[in-house]
Amino acid sequence: MKAPRSREPRAVRLLLIGLAFATIALFLLVPLAAVFVEAFRNGAGAWLSAVSDPDARHAVKLTLLVAAIAVPVNAVFGLAAGWALGKFRFPGRSLVLTLIDLPFAVSPIVAGLVFVLAFGRSSPLGGWLTRHGIEVVFAVPGIVLATVFVTFPFVARELVPLMQSQGTDEEEAARVLGAGFFTTFFRVTLPNVKWALLYGIVLCTARAVGEFGAVSVVSGHVRGVTNTLPLHVEALYNEYAFQGAFAAASLLTLVAFAAMLAKAFLSRHAGEEAP
Amino acid sequence: MSIEVRSISKSFGSFLALDDVSLRVGDGEFVALLGPSGSGKTSLLRIIAGLEEPDRGTVHFHGEDATQRDARERRVGFVFQHYALFRRMSVFENVAFGLRVKSRAERPPESEVKRRVTELLKLVQLDWLGDRLPSELSGGQRQRVALARALAVEPKVLLLDEPFGSLDARVRQELRRWLRRLHDEIHLTSLFVTHDQEEALEVADRVVLLDRGKIVQDGTPEELFEKPASPFVLDFLGSVNIFHGRVASGRAHLGPLSVDYPEHPQAESAPASGYARSWEIDLARDGGETGGFLATVRHVSVSGAVVRLELTPDDGAPLKVEISRERFEALGPAPGERLRVTPRKVRVFVGEPGRE
Repeated sequence: MKAPRSREPRAVRLLLIGLAFATIALFLLVPLAAVFVEAFRNGAGAWLSAVSDPDARHAVKLTLLVAAIAVPVNAVFGLAAGWALGKFRFPGRSLVLTLIDLPFAVSPIVAGLVFVLAFGRSSPLGGWLTRHGIEVVFAVPGIVLATVFVTFPFVARELVPLMQSQGTDEEEAARVLGAGFFTTFFRVTLPNVKWALLYGIVLCTARAVGEFGAVSVVSGHVRGVTNTLPLHVEALYNEYAFQGAFAAASLLTLVAFAAMLAKAFLSRHAGEEAP
Repeated sequence: MSIEVRSISKSFGSFLALDDVSLRVGDGEFVALLGPSGSGKTSLLRIIAGLEEPDRGTVHFHGEDATQRDARERRVGFVFQHYALFRRMSVFENVAFGLRVKSRAERPPESEVKRRVTELLKLVQLDWLGDRLPSELSGGQRQRVALARALAVEPKVLLLDEPFGSLDARVRQELRRWLRRLHDEIHLTSLFVTHDQEEALEVADRVVLLDRGKIVQDGTPEELFEKPASPFVLDFLGSVNIFHGRVASGRAHLGPLSVDYPEHPQAESAPASGYARSWEIDLARDGGETGGFLATVRHVSVSGAVVRLELTPDDGAPLKVEISRERFEALGPAPGERLRVTPRKVRVFVGEPGRE
């Protein structure tokens, strides 16, 4: 569709466009540029040594590990939720829909605290787990749990409305043609939402990699053990190791860029899936 | 293969969609399930296909109870109202789907799949569109793909849910004639749902008329037209005029109209209504005859071969009358003119008027 030509005087148009660009520059471009300027202030060599420092490398590994667990878990959950909530009506459906959004409403700090309370040594569950040699809080499992919680809605929120609008006609058609549940799911249901699913996964990954608040509470900040990349940035920053902090931050920013590119590409395809 | 449903009831919440419905479709028959929306016709079709479970009653195929059988095992061909084509698959893959999802033992080899699909696409005259996606087809083409897909698994019965409902009038007419010819060729037991009486009467061997979850009449199109079982049937099958009044001593007095009604010889009167189809009414200049009654022409609308007129009798509700164009030209009535109205056929039903 072609946008109608504006009737505003030229000066007004220029002012508005200029204002929009100035806002974007001030709030997005300048800070982004600052990250890379600071990261490379002492040259590429310093950047390289900062990101290849053992603690930094461990933080990257841990972050990737957490994302590698949290994202598939949420992709599977999101698909299940999209399928159940999008294709069926059942009592309690709207309650589940509301609960899926809970992580958006709860402050990440609170989410982290909930896990500390539920799985900490003083709780019955945490005590039992500790006696069996499983540490959840201030250890990797806690970080994974907190990340799963925070990224919970991303895939489901993409899929529920889409699957709802697509209806169950095609599934019914597959059924009368003799297809079983899994055949129908993998040949009909899944292909119909694949772009939206990937879109949700990209958003989920970006958030899982960047999550700070909830992870910060459950991690215990043991450097080289339970520090993820965002926590590593904070730790360095608090020690006035700015160059190292920005070098690590630049990695996170690159992840964000990649996610945005993927998002732009996928959202175009995801639009085709709407009936 | 025959289809038989026995005493099917189904409710959705507090809404009773089907109320003790029994129906038989003989081997090779082509039957229309006709009714207004909400009459339960689609629910009945879905229950036969196994997509919906009845609350009570049984479904039999070829005399065998299939009520507990899942939709995938019933071997019915189902054509959905909105086609329900697999949007991510080409036309070819849509038609091939039923063959490809068969168990390993039953699945035909690829060359056979190709042959079958090509044959079916030829049958529906779309073999040149195999590579297209459903979104690249017109409504009529999509519906034919849906039909080819349903036929691919060699179903024993074919069920069609408002198959022409979302098509424009011309395509709809073409497609239903084509469907009728196809049925005459392959003789597949078919049941189709429609709310369009013209469609049902034109295509089907037999029409089953449903209203509010019950079958109100089951018969050939001629039977439905000539011997409507109730005022509802009469009203549903086309434009009718209703005259309210009473019957007594073998005669019905219905507003401006008075006709013999020997079925009610008693002197005691009873409420009754007379129904006259708009095309079963004669119009003439008043020559002082005694039959019929006088009415004033209010409206004339000339559309094609038929001319529709609206007239108001001296006492009573406005009348709809359809006459041929030739008759109209011979008569030349103008709005405001008074004409003698003589219904050729008045059907009288005794009792309080129902739903009008």
